[in-house]
Amino acid sequence: MSPPLLGVEGQDQCNVSLMASSASVDTVSQNGLGLKERNYLGLSDCSSVDSSGVSSVPEENKNNLNLKATELRLGLPGSQSPERDPDFSPLSSVKLDEKQLFPLVPSKDGICLLSPKTVVSGNKRGFADTVDGFLESKSTIFTEGNWIFNAAGSDTGSKLAGNMLSHRSSGTQSTIKTDVPAKASQECDNKINGSNTNSAPAAKAQVVGWPPIRSFRKNTLASTSKNNDEVDGKPGPGTLFVKVSMDGAPYLRKVDLKTYSTYQELSSALEKMFSCFIIGQCGSEGAPSRETLSESKLKDLIHGSEYVLTYEDKDGDWMLVGDVPWEMFIASCKRLKIMKGSDAIGLAPRAVEKSKVRN
Amino acid sequence: MCLFQSVMNYFPEEVLEHVFDFLTSHRDRNAVSLVCKSWYSVERFSREKVFIGNCYAVDPERLIARFPRVRSLTLKGKPHFADFNLVPHDWGGYVYPWIEAMAKNGINLEELRLKRMVVSDESLELLAKSFPNFKSLVLVSCDGFSTDGLAAIASNCRFLRELDLQENEVDDRKGQWLSCFPDTCTSLVSLNFACLKGEASVAALERLVARCRNLRSLRLNHAVPLDTLQKILVQAPQLNDLGTGTFVHDPDSDAYCKLKNAIKKCKSIRSLSGFLDVNTRCLPAVYPICTNLTSLNLSYAPGIYSSELIKLICHCKKLERLWILDTIGDKGLDVVASTCKELQELRVFPSDLYGVGNAAVTEEGLVAVSAGCPKLNSLLYFCQQMTNAALITVAKNCPNFIRFRLCTLDPTIPDAVTNQPLDEGFGAIVQSCKGLKRLSVSGLLTDQVFLYIGMYAEQLEMLSIAFAGDSDKGMLYVLNGCKKLKKLEIRDSPFGNVALLADVGKYETMRSLWMSSCEVTFGACKTLAEKMPRLNVEIINEGEQIEASPDDRHRVEKMYLYRTLVGPRRDAPDFVWTL
Repeated sequence: MSPPLLGVEGQDQCNVSLMASSASVDTVSQNGLGLKERNYLGLSDCSSVDSSGVSSVPEENKNNLNLKATELRLGLPGSQSPERDPDFSPLSSVKLDEKQLFPLVPSKDGICLLSPKTVVSGNKRGFADTVDGFLESKSTIFTEGNWIFNAAGSDTGSKLAGNMLSHRSSGTQSTIKTDVPAKASQECDNKINGSNTNSAPAAKAQVVGWPPIRSFRKNTLASTSKNNDEVDGKPGPGTLFVKVSMDGAPYLRKVDLKTYSTYQELSSALEKMFSCFIIGQCGSEGAPSRETLSESKLKDLIHGSEYVLTYEDKDGDWMLVGDVPWEMFIASCKRLKIMKGSDAIGLAPRAVEKSKVRN
Repeated sequence: MCLFQSVMNYFPEEVLEHVFDFLTSHRDRNAVSLVCKSWYSVERFSREKVFIGNCYAVDPERLIARFPRVRSLTLKGKPHFADFNLVPHDWGGYVYPWIEAMAKNGINLEELRLKRMVVSDESLELLAKSFPNFKSLVLVSCDGFSTDGLAAIASNCRFLRELDLQENEVDDRKGQWLSCFPDTCTSLVSLNFACLKGEASVAALERLVARCRNLRSLRLNHAVPLDTLQKILVQAPQLNDLGTGTFVHDPDSDAYCKLKNAIKKCKSIRSLSGFLDVNTRCLPAVYPICTNLTSLNLSYAPGIYSSELIKLICHCKKLERLWILDTIGDKGLDVVASTCKELQELRVFPSDLYGVGNAAVTEEGLVAVSAGCPKLNSLLYFCQQMTNAALITVAKNCPNFIRFRLCTLDPTIPDAVTNQPLDEGFGAIVQSCKGLKRLSVSGLLTDQVFLYIGMYAEQLEMLSIAFAGDSDKGMLYVLNGCKKLKKLEIRDSPFGNVALLADVGKYETMRSLWMSSCEVTFGACKTLAEKMPRLNVEIINEGEQIEASPDDRHRVEKMYLYRTLVGPRRDAPDFVWTL
């Protein structure tokens, strides 16, 4: 399996990392995408240095946040900071099984095929060093096997993990090549901004002309979405974020109603989102301890007696979720609230009954 | 050989002409005209349809001199990347000189098809007034005109059959251009004004449809309400191709009910598009025509959620072409795979352009479609992520790709599972799809992918590269390997002077080369221009001070070069230098 990855990507990691504690696996996993760490062209190589701890625990790597790597900072993500561990050894294992996936004709004679690529770390000091090396290497580009060993500013820790191409060649060539500085910084921008989604879409610097869509289409989609959406205050086209509050929870959450198509989906998503609070609440009420609380019990708590899902509609009334067709619900829902059964008297008959039973 | 030639000379020219009539492709005709002088002569007088892929490769005078009997002209102007805002607005591509020259020389123009050209209202007026037999105007991705120009066309072209406006930027002056069609106009076969933003005169539209009994294709803009659509469909149940306007109504109303009945009677509709504004609860009205649809374009309908899309597609078993948004999701593509067994062309566009929200498709959707739709030969796929394994599977499932355009929303994203570059995946595609003519690559890519492309993509004519490659070698592999390459466009990739200058003769075999944000320098471009007088090497400098003589080592931001018979163009703006 591929070695644990360097750098962090995913939809709202910046948000999550800033507000969550290090062990907030659930807040991360509620994001349907899960965490995928990406290694762009070695830009995040230095962040890999920091995540050496992460890389040694493959099972957890998907959920562990490399918080330092996601910290918003002015420099490129790979910028060295003093705390980073310089002893991180590069992932040098060559992915030989990649070759079997597609047995192409082996290297032609006389063509120097690509060999392991080392990308200079993205830190600014290295940039200046590489420029000269890059220009130099171009002049000898045709000489077979005569790649210039460019040691400009490249740390041992900056071998590009995910970009090993040596499996094709004999592997004896240990040539190193520099990345294109301009390209690097552009990708850098993408990467920084790629992780900055839900919070501030306006702040995301778009690469000009990417994705390659005709501006006519872009403009039309933008204005069409505005027409279709009936609820105000959404950040972007095709989304419908509403606040979700829960009694007793210290903070609210937001969900995008457009990502669900049935009540069932919404309800399970909310369950996952708020499960941590329910565990906490049970604990404080002297209910069974955390370890013995099973998933089914959680479901019981939400579906069953304790909680009722309600929403505030356009007229400002609090309604029980589930009465109207899904599309109508989406069109009129302004916010959601998970109410305790005891508070929901007057909204749902069964909740009333249950609270009577408990009393 | 001599015997053959004398035998051929026996044939009177009329016979040759008749034989040539069967040659419809302009490439065949071009080939035929190279055989010998008499064939050249016969061919040029009999050619009625001319295709000019780059309007600056020749000029109107040459066109008229060689093909005096031309009736249909297709012209393309700006480079392809102009669609993505990489080319300044007034770079060029004006159609006026062509219309003016043809008008002056008495050309009997009947059809004009333009792509990425600047079309002014004056051009349209001149067009409308100069060619009494004018029948067909098709404008794709053009700009520079307003509804006043359309009014001129409507008023003056007495035999107009086709007015097809696709994705143009039109200045909508909210005039009554639709009312300008005279009452005597009954010849319309195809009318597409979906790209217009303003109000359309609904009454005029209804009357027009009523009197044009041959109308087969009608695409409305979003300003046409649902009840007008209903009235139109009642008048024109013979339609083959329908683009709805706004599709919003109360599904419990009478009007909606009437619409449902009207649609049921339109048994000839094979192509459906539109739905810019849609109430998804009205969608079931189109289910009855879905069974016979061969073409469906819902790519402008972000308001249709995945579940509704799926319900709709389940009815479309004969679909050959599907354009859709990525709101359909991988699940939806699964449904496409199991329902649309005749599918040949799939385009999945991104709905979420600002990085918010989760609507996207991944490699899974593509693999599913490739497995379920063996006839798939044309793809445009915007996706969140991709893997080599998926591409390899797709290549195995569908060896018939002619066009394969993959666009990862993150331009340099690696394989989502292995973190490797996507070289192997695209390599599989080019090796398997021997007939591949058009390829766009994206994701993390090294020079290796270009080695594969050079080795295997023998029929490749157009290649689009962005943020890919490591060195000049990449570009060299392509230039050396792809013998049939016609258009190469590259942005933000580390290809430089060595690659540019390695084989300068190659560019005369190609239509054009675009390089932006690469590593080519001013000096190299000058060298190239000096060596190849029949190329126009244009440097596009926007927003920069135009220095008297820029440093040769200065990197060039945007370079566009193309072969031409007529030297540097005279309409280039200040910021474009032809070296």
